[in-house]
This record gives sequence, C-alpha cells and structure tokens, in this order.
Amino acid sequence: MNSKNTVTIGYGLLLLALIAAPFLGAYPVFVMKLMCFALFASAFNLLLGYTGLLSFGHAAFLGGAAYVAGHAIKVWGLTPEVGLLLGTAGGALLGLLFGWLAIRRQGIYFSMITLALAQMLFFACLQAPFTGGEDGLQGVPRGKLFGVIDLQSDLVMYYVALVIVVAAFLLIVRTIHSPFGQVLKGIKENEPRAISLGYDTHRFKLLAFVLSAALAGLAGSLKTLVLGFATLSDVHWTASGQVILMTLVGGLGTLSGPLIGSAVVVLLENKIGEFGNLLAALTSVEWFKTLGESVTMVTGLIFVICVLAFRRGIMGEIIAWLAQRRAGSSAKH
Amino acid sequence: MWPSDLNSLHLLLPPMEIFGVSLPGLLSQLLLGLVNGSFYAILSLGLAVIFGLLNVINFAHGALFMTGALLTWMAMNYFGINYWLMLVLAPLLVGLFGVLIERLLLRWIYKLDHLYGLLLTLGLTLLIEGVFRSIYGVSGLGYDTPELLEGATNLGFMIMPNYRAWVVVASVVVCIGTWYVIEKTKLGAYLRAGTENPRLVEAFGINVPVMVTLTYAFGAALAAFAGVLAAPVYQVTPLMGQNLIIVVFAVVVIGGMGSIMGSILTGLGLGVIEGFTKVFYPEASSTVVFVIMVIVLLIRPAGLFGKEK
Amino acid sequence: MKKQLKVLALMLGVAGLATSAAHAQDKVKIGFITDMSSLYADVEGKNGAVAIQMAIDDFGGKVLGMPIELLTADHQNKADIAASKAREWIDTQGLTMLFGGTNSGTALASAKVAAEKKRVYINNGAASSALTNDQCTPYTVHYAYDTVALAKGTGSAIVDGGGKSWYFLTADYAFGHALEADTTAVVKAKGGNVVGAVRHPLNASDFSSFLLQAQNSKAQILGLANAGGDTINSIKAAKEFGIGKSMKLAGLLIFISDVHSLGLRNTEGLQFTTSWYWDLNDETRKFSARFFEKTKRMPTEIQAADYSATMNYLKAVEAAKSVDADKVMTTWRGMKMNDFFGSGQLRADGRYVHDMYLMEVKKPAESTKPWDYYKLIKKLPGDSVFTTKAESKCPLWK
Repeated sequence: MNSKNTVTIGYGLLLLALIAAPFLGAYPVFVMKLMCFALFASAFNLLLGYTGLLSFGHAAFLGGAAYVAGHAIKVWGLTPEVGLLLGTAGGALLGLLFGWLAIRRQGIYFSMITLALAQMLFFACLQAPFTGGEDGLQGVPRGKLFGVIDLQSDLVMYYVALVIVVAAFLLIVRTIHSPFGQVLKGIKENEPRAISLGYDTHRFKLLAFVLSAALAGLAGSLKTLVLGFATLSDVHWTASGQVILMTLVGGLGTLSGPLIGSAVVVLLENKIGEFGNLLAALTSVEWFKTLGESVTMVTGLIFVICVLAFRRGIMGEIIAWLAQRRAGSSAKH
Repeated sequence: MWPSDLNSLHLLLPPMEIFGVSLPGLLSQLLLGLVNGSFYAILSLGLAVIFGLLNVINFAHGALFMTGALLTWMAMNYFGINYWLMLVLAPLLVGLFGVLIERLLLRWIYKLDHLYGLLLTLGLTLLIEGVFRSIYGVSGLGYDTPELLEGATNLGFMIMPNYRAWVVVASVVVCIGTWYVIEKTKLGAYLRAGTENPRLVEAFGINVPVMVTLTYAFGAALAAFAGVLAAPVYQVTPLMGQNLIIVVFAVVVIGGMGSIMGSILTGLGLGVIEGFTKVFYPEASSTVVFVIMVIVLLIRPAGLFGKEK
Repeated sequence: MKKQLKVLALMLGVAGLATSAAHAQDKVKIGFITDMSSLYADVEGKNGAVAIQMAIDDFGGKVLGMPIELLTADHQNKADIAASKAREWIDTQGLTMLFGGTNSGTALASAKVAAEKKRVYINNGAASSALTNDQCTPYTVHYAYDTVALAKGTGSAIVDGGGKSWYFLTADYAFGHALEADTTAVVKAKGGNVVGAVRHPLNASDFSSFLLQAQNSKAQILGLANAGGDTINSIKAAKEFGIGKSMKLAGLLIFISDVHSLGLRNTEGLQFTTSWYWDLNDETRKFSARFFEKTKRMPTEIQAADYSATMNYLKAVEAAKSVDADKVMTTWRGMKMNDFFGSGQLRADGRYVHDMYLMEVKKPAESTKPWDYYKLIKKLPGDSVFTTKAESKCPLWK
C-alpha cells in the first residue's frame, strides 16, 4: 500500500473535479470564493502548522492586499495581473513589518502583537478615504489579463483563478518539502535545539512569516478580482478567527487540512440556511428553518468540539487513523 | 471663595485653552473616559485573575459580560426584577455558568498549549453570542436607568448623568475589594500560592481543583457585574462583548498578565487616555490602546506591572 | 486506500450538490435584500417583505401568466453580503427584479450589480442621493425619499426658523456623508454656517463623547445625520446629557418607528421631512389598517413605498408585455403613477418625483390615538425638493 500514490491520486481527483466543476453545474463564483479561502488557509497553515507561530491578525494581509489590488485595478486602471502582483507585494510588505515587530517575542505575546497590529490596520482602513470605509471599495472591474484575456466571463475567470491557486498551492508544497521547510518544522518542534544547531531561527521565522503573508495577500487580491469589491470584513479580526477555525477543523500541519477546513467553513456560512430548510422539509421540524440565522452558533459549536475532541482536525484524524491501520496490518506480518 | 453648588464648579477652573480645546471640553471627555475605564478595569481584573491562576486566556469574558447585561434586561422584561437585585443575581447566575464551563470544558485543556484555551473560549464566545443572536437579532435592546440614579448633576463644564458617576464608584469599590481579597487575605494567599506551585499547595491540604473552579466562576461573576452596570449605558446587544474584549485583552497585556493592581490601574488609565485622544484626534481613539500595547510588549514584555514568568 | 478514495468521492459529491447552480425561468422572481436584524430592522426589515407580498397578492400573484415569487435576505449592513447575494440570485435563481433595502452603502453596491446584469433595481430604504446622481444607472429606481429632499425640506425649515449655526453628528458611511453634505449645501445657501461635524461608527453603542464634542462647539443646531437605531440612541443620550438645554436637535431622517420607540416625551417638537404618513387621508389609513392587522405596527414610509413600488412595477411589466429590464424601464418612465403613496412620474435619472411633507412631532397632550404622532406643517411639491437638473451629474438626464 503506497500512501504517496494514494495522496497523489487524491489530489489528482480533486483537481479533475475542480476543472469539471462549472460543467457539472457548480456556481463558478462560489467555487472561486472557496479556492481563495483555501489558499488563505493554506498560507496560514504554513505559519501555524509548520512553523508553530499563531498569528492572530492574518486578516490584515488578506484585507490589506485586497484593498491594494482593488485600488490598483479600479483607480489606477492597471491590468489584473499587475493588480494581483501589487496586492501580493503589499501582503509581503505588511508581513515584513508585522513579522519584524512580532517575532521579537514568543508564544502568546507574539500572537497579541499580531492582533494589535492587525487592529491598527483595521482602523487605518476604516479611516482612510481610499478604502471607502464602511461602504468598501466597490465596482472593481475584472479587466483583461495581460491586456488580452477578457475576465468578464465567469468561466474564463474561473480557470485563470484555478491556475493561480494551484500554482500557489504547489509553491507551498515545494516549500514544505524543501530544506527550508525542514528547518521550519525543526523550529516548531524545538526552537532552542534549532538555535543550538546554529540556525538563525529569527530569520527563518521572519521568512516564513513574509511568505505566509504574501500568499494570504494573493488570496485576498484574487478574491477582490473575482467578487469585484474589498470591504472591512476582510480586515476585521473575525476573518482572522475564521482562518484559524478553518485550519483547526481541517487539520494543523497537514497539507490537505486547510483545503477541507476552508471548504467546510465557507459551505457552512453560505449554505446553512438551505441546509436548515432541507432538514426542516425532511423532518418537519420548524426550528431547523432558523438554522440560517445561527451561523455564529454552529461555528462556535464546531470550534468547541474540535478543540476538545478533534484537535488534529478532519484530515489529521483521517491520516492518523490510516497510519494506525497500516501499523496494525504490518504488525500482523 | 468656594462655590456654593456644583453648578459653578467650572468657575474654579482657569479659563484657558489647551491646543485650541477649551478646558471644560477636555475635562468632560476625561470624565467620560473614566467611565469607560471603569468597565475596562473590572473586565481586565477578571481576565487577569483567571489568567493568573488558570493560565487560560479567557476569550469568553466578553460573552460573559454580555450575558450579565442580557440577563438583567431579560429579568426586567419578563419577570420585573429590578436593577439592584440583578447586581447581585446576575453575577451569581453567570458565576454558576462559569462553574459549568470550567468543569465541563476547560479542565480538559489545561495541560495543552495556551493556544487551545484561547480557541476553546473563542468557540464558546461564538456559541453564546450565536444563541442570543438567533433569539434577539443584533439590534440593541433598551434598558432604562434605575429610578434612584436618574437625572444628572450640572458640573458646570458638563452635565454628568448620575448613573455614570455611579458606574465609576461601583467599579472602583469592587476593584479595590477584589484586590484586597487577593493580596491581603488568607484566601487570596492560597490563590496566589496555587498559581506559583499547585502541587505544593495541594500537599498542604488545599483543594486546588475546587479553588480553580471557584476562581473561574469569580472571574465570570466580575464580568457579569460589569454587564449589569453596562446595561443602562450601552445598547444591550449580543455583540456588545465583542467590541470590548479586544481592548480588554490589550489592557491586560499592558498591565501585566498576572498583576491585579496592574489591570485595575491600566484599565482606568487607558479609559482616560482614550478620552484624551478623543478630544485632539478622535479617529485615533480606538487605535491608541493597540499602539501602546505594541510599544509596551516590545520594551517591557511582562507588562508595566507584571513579573516575567 | 479504497476507503480513503470513497471518502474523498463522497465529499466531492456533497460539495458538488452544495455548489450547484439552479435555473428557473418560468417564474417572476423579486428579490428583497435589507437589514433584517440590526439598527435598521424596524425601519424596513422583515415587514418590508410583508408589504411587498401584500402587493404581489393584491396584484393576483401572477403577471404575464407567470407566478411571482419573493426571495428575501438579510445583508446585515454589509455591502459585500448584499452584492454577493444579488449576484448569486441573478446568476443561479433567475432573478427578475431586485429591491435593495436600507443602508446606502449596500444599496450602491447592489445597484451596481443590478446594472451590470441588467435587472430593474428599486430602492426605498436607502437615502443617498448618489443613487440617482453621480451613480445613476438606466435600471435604478429611487422611489421614496433621498438625502437631497430631506436636506432641502428640513434644512430650509430650520434655517428659516432661526437656526443658523450647525454642528453635525454623522453616521460614518455613504448615507451619513451624503446627508451631511446635502444639508450643509442648503444651510450655506441660506446664509447659515456649519461650525463642525463629528463622525460616529455605524451602529455605535455610546454617543456620549460625540455629543459632548457637539456641545462644546457652541452651535445652535445639532444636525443628526443618522437614522434608525443610531438616531434613537443619539436622542436618548442627548436627553441624558442635557444637550437640549444649549442646542436644538434637528432630526434629518426620522421614521415613525423611531418616534414610537422613543415616545412623544423625547421627540416632541422635532421637525423633519417625510414622503408619507399613515394618517394623511382615507386611502393611507385604509392601507395602514391592513398592514397593522398583519404586523401590529403602523407602516413606515419605506414599507408603504415597498408596496406601492411593487404594484407600479408589476403594472409596468404588464404594460410592457415583457420582463426585460430595458423594456420595462422605458414603459415605466412613461407611466403616470397615482396611488395612496403619492402621484408623479419617474424621471430620466431614476428618481420618482412626488410630493414630500414637512412634519412636526406632536406634544403628548396633542396625541389622541395610538400612533398619532405627527402634525403636518406644510406640503412640499416634488419639483422643489429633489435634485434639479442644474445640480445633477447624472449622464442619463440631460
């Protein structure tokens, strides 16, 4: 039983499904939103699951980049790929600034600094005239990619987005499996030992932070392009909380975890109303209809259950269970 | 020489302007800031107590605060129970709820990383807020000022509603009381010893798990007390805790995560600083707390009054 | 390995079901997105949907042989939710027409989506005059009232009454900014002056510090450039801090639900402009009685407008013999409208021009029955209160 083959087949199937999705009747805009959040969660997981740093302000990179990209495309009239690049660069720069300040401290203090900095960015976005404050940055045009490919059509936008997200995800995979990624894991396991081995852990952590922020920025910029707006919800601390939830539910420190986790959380938010109506129709229990208004409640419940019982997340549990089975079956021989 | 009534208090003040803002204007904002600071003080006090003993960052503190306010409103609306009774009843009820939370949920995660405590209480917050939200929506529920405290006093430079003055007084009394119990009594000594070295304290025959549970319950009760005080001031909404909790975190971090007096002083102080900022640069008033927190964390990571653990 | 693949396949299947797009072109679907749970919930909210459904039922439930379905959603005052929902309904539910609800920020966002996808867009709840000015579209209908009418009606009346120096308490988003700007223009044009303004976040919990700043400005008039829950809380806090002793309050947007919540004691003497009142004449009373039966509350001007707009839209569809947005809009602009809500016509920029009313809140002693809150000061002809051609930047109205 080759687990590596299984994993590759699994990803292959997923990719096929995504390629075929619009033709199977899926709403492209919704799937694109899913992909953006999957990228956001994967970028966050790079920092938390693989480097062991819990950032409480990751929304700053998602939203900050979203505004930068939106502004570049709408106001400066730049083409989408330049807008995305600028957004990603914006995310990276913010990551450099936040990281440089936060990495001086460890543990909970690190997290608190990221939270404080993210809050400051939130209020800056609230006040700055170019973000549109409460109204948000609306009406960001899709434009023409490289000046040629018209992104107005949802279908074209979809495949472009798919390519970008897959490329970014492959970058993360490459990073994890590289020597750099190994050092990060080492730092997560036991930082003092990594230092004693001669690694400048400070620089490695900062690099991981910037990379994570840049990719989160890419996710945010892409989201702006797809949906056509950037709003304060993208920089609010609840978005930071959401990405933590996605990673936790999916499985910390697994590559596929954030993908599953983000899918679960986004589907939950958007479809719980329909799910409730379905349940109500099936069971004739009227109360299920109000489920649509209880997204917060259900989210909270999942959080609590995950922390108490499913700490490894969905993928984490599956992987552990499979490893156990394999160990059990090999012990028999 | 002294004015015969409060109305002319302002005549004592020099008729000056600081940076283009009149002194009365400044004073009124500072006084209002003190009211906000009182809430920060009580809430950060509870948070500091819980962190000091349980090593748990209780994100649910804001939700417990909100529960206190909401219970007060519900008591008035459905049972006609008045404000003064709720000042005692709400903390009791929420304290009991705190016992449940600690026994059923928190005890499983003590051995784990701080992260999980925070995430668990975050989930709890969403759960509690979600339940109330699905029943009451997000719009504010109005709660009238209790009759005894209605009306206002004309201080000359502003008209100060009596109720807000009461908030400051009540908060300060409760804070000083708590500080006294923790720092100066035997019970407090056990608590502090339990923080330092639970095994040793247990060896002395003190039931540490019970102490832990009661400490959490007490922190929750403090939050609920603040909630009762807040009901006539802020809008009672499921989200009222959310807005405060982030600021309160910052207060606790600035004051020093385990320091009781640190939280009280920082809470009050920050309220005043916020008020001050509102006069000169209103847009920055919400950010100033975080700026201070970052600076403090970089220079004195243990906080202004804390001790490095 | 098989199990893992099965699990994956199952997950993909579920995901597929969840993301699928459905299409139904044999119904006329009317969408209604507004604030249903927050500070504007009483001003339009769920009862706005009740009003629209009443109109649908009164019309017969069908138009051009197709049944009419009403879809509702809560945008929670978030522009991204409003825009996303609008887009989703149009792309996957075959939405025919969209009602954008309260909150000017969300209204401008959803109006853009509707215009992009060529759907008729009606707004009663939001006030920003930008909807028919610099952000006008061929498909936007701004039906009930807007910030220009409010400014010209209330602002003029107060300045004429002697209130020359103003200070604004403004909700910090599209609506507040628009109302403050439009009122400032009126005040200045009449020789008054604006001493300053303070911006508060939408749905603020505590107005005390803002009010003290206002008081410190020593202006005569405190202009409340906010609405719904924010206005209610501003007035409550103003009373608490005795602001009324040194400044006069000007409620630039007041709904009957606000007065009902605050009580006459707290609102007596407030002067403001409205597009409709339940107790104006027999026709308005008739509609209001029916609405009251269903909701136990008297309708606000917005809810009445929701009914009226639905009726007139369906009539336009019938007359145009099509649901195509361009055809309907052309037909509608040519129609003369006259019902319990008002009479007038749609302008080229999408503005429904009808009369407005300057009202004053009665003293408690003057009120003789429940919900008897207003007395009419004077009627304001439509042409005198809405944006004039000279002032308009809308390219559709030349």
